[in-house]
Amino acid sequence: MRHATARNASALAAGLLFGLGLAVSQMVNPEKVLGFLDVAGNWDPSLALVMGGAVGAAMLAFRFVLKRKQPLFDGEFHLPRLTKVDLRLLVGSAIFGVGWGIGGYCPGPGIAALSAGSVEALVFVAGMALGSFLYRRLGAPRS
Amino acid sequence: MANFTPVSALIGGALIGLSASLLLWFTGRIAGVSGIMHGALRERGTWRWLFIAGLAGGAGAWLWLAPPAFVPRSGFPLPLVLLAGVLVGFGTAQSGGCTSGHGVCGISRLSVRSIAATLTFMIAGMASVFVVRHLFGVAS
Repeated sequence: MRHATARNASALAAGLLFGLGLAVSQMVNPEKVLGFLDVAGNWDPSLALVMGGAVGAAMLAFRFVLKRKQPLFDGEFHLPRLTKVDLRLLVGSAIFGVGWGIGGYCPGPGIAALSAGSVEALVFVAGMALGSFLYRRLGAPRS
Repeated sequence: MANFTPVSALIGGALIGLSASLLLWFTGRIAGVSGIMHGALRERGTWRWLFIAGLAGGAGAWLWLAPPAFVPRSGFPLPLVLLAGVLVGFGTAQSGGCTSGHGVCGISRLSVRSIAATLTFMIAGMASVFVVRHLFGVAS
């Protein structure tokens, strides 16, 4: 199998597994997410355990994976190059957090909830595409 | 805490961590959904669209196979959902990651940048819910 084909198959399989995880953990339900963020209300700590389960599994596996010279189907690891904590990072994260708290969707669950025929997920994903476009037009650093 | 579902949360979380591990092992890519989405919109890589299709397909398969199915929320104001989407799209493009890229993968790599991002969006999200739910009284 050519590497490009193997990479595409891997991405599809990883996406399926990721979506399954989001559905099993009920993170596709925005009310579940808002229940975690609503610390002043009837608090639901489930999201913290989803993160804990995901980080636990990934932290363990990444240690072995990143010891390899290269991934199975690519010549190199494509890891983030930025390491600096700057205002751009913090403001962007805060803008994301505000939007997350308004709707109860972050990008993964928003896309996954499309499969439930959710009208608001469709509106949310369209909004994300618009936000992505707006950032490229207005917010991206000029080079 | 009446809604707390620790077992399904841990199992679902572990599946997400497994997915991120396989993607990194096989393709060398970080399973950050916002990064994959912004990349798909910008450069149209096939693998990115396949990951996105899998995301919806995997969730859809579970919702279809395992009742009680999740009933999509209705009655929540759609203009607010659109605003939420724009803020999430813009913010994640600026900060270079979301709950999966910074939250799951970044923390797993012990990236200080990702830990700072995650703390920031968690606190902002909690503040946002407080304002929307408790000060403005918007609920579904």
